[in-house]
Amino acid sequence: MDSVVHSSLPLWACLASLLAAPAIVLFRRELFLREATTFVAAFVKFGLVLAMLPIITSGKVIEFTLVEGFGGVVAPILFRVDGLGMLFALVASSLWIVTSLYAIGYMRGLHEHSQTRFFAFFAISLSATLGVAFAGNLLTLYLFYEMLSLATWPLVTHHQDKEARTGGRTYLTYLLGTSIGFALPALIFTWIKSGGDLSFAGDAILASADLGPAQGLILLLAFCFGFSKAGMMPFHSWLPGAMVAPTPVSALLHAVAVVKVGVFCVIRVFTAVFGVDLLAKLGVATVISWIAAFTVIVSSLIAMSQDNLKRRLAFSTIGQLSYIVLGVSLLSAHAVQGSMMHIAMHAFGKITLFFCAGAIFVATGKKYVSQLSGLGKTMPFTMGAFAIGAMSVTGVPPTGGLLSKFYLVWGAADAQQFALLAVYLVSSVLNGVYFFPVVYRAFFKPAPEGEAAVEGIREAPLACVLPLSITAVGSVLLFFFPGLLLELTKLMTGAQ
Amino acid sequence: MSEQLPAIILLAPLFGALLTGLAGNRDHRRCFPILISALAVSFGCAIALLVQVSQSGPIDYFVGGWNTERVPLGVGIQLRIDALNALLLVVITTVALLTAVYSFRRAGEENTEKTPQFYMLFQMLCVGLLGITVTADAFNLFVLVEVSSLTSYALVAMGSKSRGTVAAFNYLIMGTVGASFYLLGVGYLYMQTGTLNMAAIHEILADPAFGKSSTVFVAFILILVGVWIKMAFFPLYGWLPNAYSYCPSTTSCLLAPLMTKVSVYVMIRVMLSIFGADWVFQSLGWSHTVVWLAVIAILAGSVLALAQVELKKMLCYLIVAEVGYMVGGAWLANHWGMVGAIYHILADAFMTLCLFIAANIFIKHCRADRIDQLEGLFKRMPLTSTGFVVGALAMIGVPPTAGFFSKWYLLRGGIESGQWGYVIALLVSSLVNAVLFFRIIEIAYFGKNPAESHDHAHDEDSHQGQAGEATLLGGEGRPATVIPLLITAAIVILLGVFNAPVVEIIQQALEGMPVVGAAAAAR
Amino acid sequence: MEFLNASVIPYFNYWIYVVLMMIGLHAMITKNNLIKKLIGMSIFQTAIILFYVSIGVKTGSTIPILEHHHDEGHAETAHAVAESGDHHAEETDHEKSDHGNNEHAIEADHGIDPDHFANPLPHVLMLTAIVVGVSTLGVALAISQSIYKDFGSLEENEILAKIKQGGPGVDV
Repeated sequence: MDSVVHSSLPLWACLASLLAAPAIVLFRRELFLREATTFVAAFVKFGLVLAMLPIITSGKVIEFTLVEGFGGVVAPILFRVDGLGMLFALVASSLWIVTSLYAIGYMRGLHEHSQTRFFAFFAISLSATLGVAFAGNLLTLYLFYEMLSLATWPLVTHHQDKEARTGGRTYLTYLLGTSIGFALPALIFTWIKSGGDLSFAGDAILASADLGPAQGLILLLAFCFGFSKAGMMPFHSWLPGAMVAPTPVSALLHAVAVVKVGVFCVIRVFTAVFGVDLLAKLGVATVISWIAAFTVIVSSLIAMSQDNLKRRLAFSTIGQLSYIVLGVSLLSAHAVQGSMMHIAMHAFGKITLFFCAGAIFVATGKKYVSQLSGLGKTMPFTMGAFAIGAMSVTGVPPTGGLLSKFYLVWGAADAQQFALLAVYLVSSVLNGVYFFPVVYRAFFKPAPEGEAAVEGIREAPLACVLPLSITAVGSVLLFFFPGLLLELTKLMTGAQ
Repeated sequence: MSEQLPAIILLAPLFGALLTGLAGNRDHRRCFPILISALAVSFGCAIALLVQVSQSGPIDYFVGGWNTERVPLGVGIQLRIDALNALLLVVITTVALLTAVYSFRRAGEENTEKTPQFYMLFQMLCVGLLGITVTADAFNLFVLVEVSSLTSYALVAMGSKSRGTVAAFNYLIMGTVGASFYLLGVGYLYMQTGTLNMAAIHEILADPAFGKSSTVFVAFILILVGVWIKMAFFPLYGWLPNAYSYCPSTTSCLLAPLMTKVSVYVMIRVMLSIFGADWVFQSLGWSHTVVWLAVIAILAGSVLALAQVELKKMLCYLIVAEVGYMVGGAWLANHWGMVGAIYHILADAFMTLCLFIAANIFIKHCRADRIDQLEGLFKRMPLTSTGFVVGALAMIGVPPTAGFFSKWYLLRGGIESGQWGYVIALLVSSLVNAVLFFRIIEIAYFGKNPAESHDHAHDEDSHQGQAGEATLLGGEGRPATVIPLLITAAIVILLGVFNAPVVEIIQQALEGMPVVGAAAAAR
Repeated sequence: MEFLNASVIPYFNYWIYVVLMMIGLHAMITKNNLIKKLIGMSIFQTAIILFYVSIGVKTGSTIPILEHHHDEGHAETAHAVAESGDHHAEETDHEKSDHGNNEHAIEADHGIDPDHFANPLPHVLMLTAIVVGVSTLGVALAISQSIYKDFGSLEENEILAKIKQGGPGVDV
């Protein structure tokens, strides 16, 4: 059906940042060169992804086999770029550029140690993310998924203190534990059931396998919990734990790359491993829907009670991720489309929020929501961007979040799941409840008495404020120009 | 020339050993070049043989020209190289060569006066291991097992640590019991069949009248128990941890990857080439029992590893667990289980080598062998740490390392045969390995115990960071130790990424066999 | 008694080797003194040698040497021995064939009945096994010597106690 273009572009897009890592280490003493390397790699990567875009939008897919497989053995590394992968790659690689700028401002602003290691592992993580986006079979997907878990561990534990150690342990325990304990057996079971085919191309892998509902349910659960980066309860606690990381890490990795890799994998499982038809026949997706719905509501409630701003954002992320899982588990075309779009919309919104949290910390050292009173006056840009980010995540016009939520709700209506539709609506209200008090406090509450009244504007360094402004503007622009996203997601849902 | 390769591969280290004895005693510096060139010749032969075998099938070599045209099979010593042992030959020679490079100067420091003796034993061990691999004669196998065992007892005992000597003694006692059981088993086989050639025995046993005899049954049990002792299969592992952790570092790098793996090969060879897969799996019907034993071995090895405070001891217990992987895989009685077991022999050899070299470098530079003394290593030795991490990831089974793919195939075998206990044991052991290695990585990465110095952690670390960055490679060991480590790490990854051709060769080796052949899997 | 008649007496050689082997194994496992362990090991190995030798025995047969035939087959044997050097197994394989597979040919050629000769192969195999056993014993004795030098004792419990204490001369 879709014509295939063979090209090594996906490989190079992946390698761009991986090759940058040694260069970053090499230039460890030339700070300018080191930072320049990051930027060059980021732009090259973005450029390579963009170069593939016209091919994808014209309805073709790009394939590239790095290592061949033999009889019954799956090719270990196979790249395949389709609409969904393209969408995710675009989001991740464009935000890397912004985050690099932000990270430089943040890390220098706080005089963090071991910045070389930080930037090197950051680059490797990005490679892994694009690897997941372009993975052409389950094995490649799993390979880069694990690589991402491991490459982000030094970033999460960057501070190397006790808190970082605990957070890092939780992080790896959950991510590795579930991926080895659930995803790997599920993968091998799929391999057996499918008769040696794990490729995402063509029909869904298990489309023609004989699979009972019980087996199907266990397999689906194993996949969804196995890819625990998607943060479905009860395997979500790594995400708040990982908030000990420096903010740029939280921003790009734990609002965009890592968590989105999780939901990306879940979407792949639904669409390319099982296939919507098989799941509809088995009728097991509802179980996932309800787990996701539960996660959405509960995490929103928890988020309300968090005083630490980053933790509040983390729980909000957990909820938003389950939006996506819930959407795809509804199995209706619009909901799946909404899920895919939400990857991008939420990424822009949430990264803005994290950037703001970091900028506040850099400028004032404040971490808690209760300390933010009156901050809107001294940091108008930051808090303004925060408001836009909050609007986008909640789904208030004119921000991109509205569009994806609209599709999700539409999909829920299509699927005749009105209880789940209500979940979307209720949780959107809850999102508002835990975000807007922050905005309100910043802009309309006077600064506490004890603090010396700061006159005028005292923003974080430009390198911090510029990126968050860009992503905030991006969130708004996505509302007005969602054409590309719609096109890419239509490719996927249309292709099914 | 090329038809003599099977002999040359054995003769090169044998003559190397003799030459070392003759020339090396006067001047110790002559030993190393002799060692390297002998092993390089073997390595070249191994590669050439692998190419030949994968292109044109098994090679039969009759020592002294006593071939089947002149005399019947079983007369004259036969060496037989098929796809299975050609792969193993490459592994053995590669590991030996890398260890030889590692031993440069190191062996001299560890055995000051006895460097030539050490290198002679080193090469004799290689002769033994290569011989075990290529021989097609059940009794010769015993002799060569003893050649390799005797040299390894001496190698273990050569260290300066007196605990190593005691460990060597226990190793010797257990090893002799194992070899004797094997010999006894061969005796029973000979009673029943009147021949010692593997293929000839196999032919006779294919006759159901012989296959059902209790003598054959007893022979199989004796051989199996003997080989299990040699490979340290739980609960017969008692000799291994002390012997491998108190011996000189070069010795541990050579023994740990090879000895147990070659013993596993012997088991597989006995199962497939002497008794035959249909006899072992169908007439005997022991698969379930042995796989459960393997499950216990895997779990016990992992738990015992968890309890260790010394780095090398911990690695040794992991070997016990890994042996469980391979025995279990081989006894799953299906195609993918056997493929996984054989692939794991290759993968595990390099993984173990990688970890042992790294551990030895760590231990030498920290002058400590406890895990909690390895603080701050990542800053001081980034390259060695990288090698260690690669080995650790392979042990955990993270793609794309070789360790992942062996688990991949073993798990498939386990699921297909419905041995869920084995599947769960593999996964649990992966998780335990993750805990084990991240405990070490954490200590090595975090530098100090943060619980004690929480307040100052930040400043001091940044200070250390600058110091560390100023001399990035200043803390590394000497190149002769780090380079083999990095090569091994690269092999671990490449073997994983390019596992398909290797698996194809393994499948070629199993082709046409009942139960474990690819055709049996397709059914 | 019935059991004795049916199973023990006709197979007395096997029973003897089993008993010897168990004595050896027992000594290896339970004895405290390292040298006694080694004695046990030697008994153990000797038991196996006895087993092999006994399976080669035939009632009414003699040693397998062809006295009156300076023929081709014999020359070949000599040739093989000369050529193979220290490879005992080759020699043995060859002789085995003289007895086994080629027996009819030899009988036809030379009027020899193989039943008159004991099977030489197990004996020859045992030559190798004895060599292996001797070298094992040699290595073992050398190791125990070294242990004695380090610990001043050959009693296992004393050695273990010293290792536990980390006493003088023990670098643990």
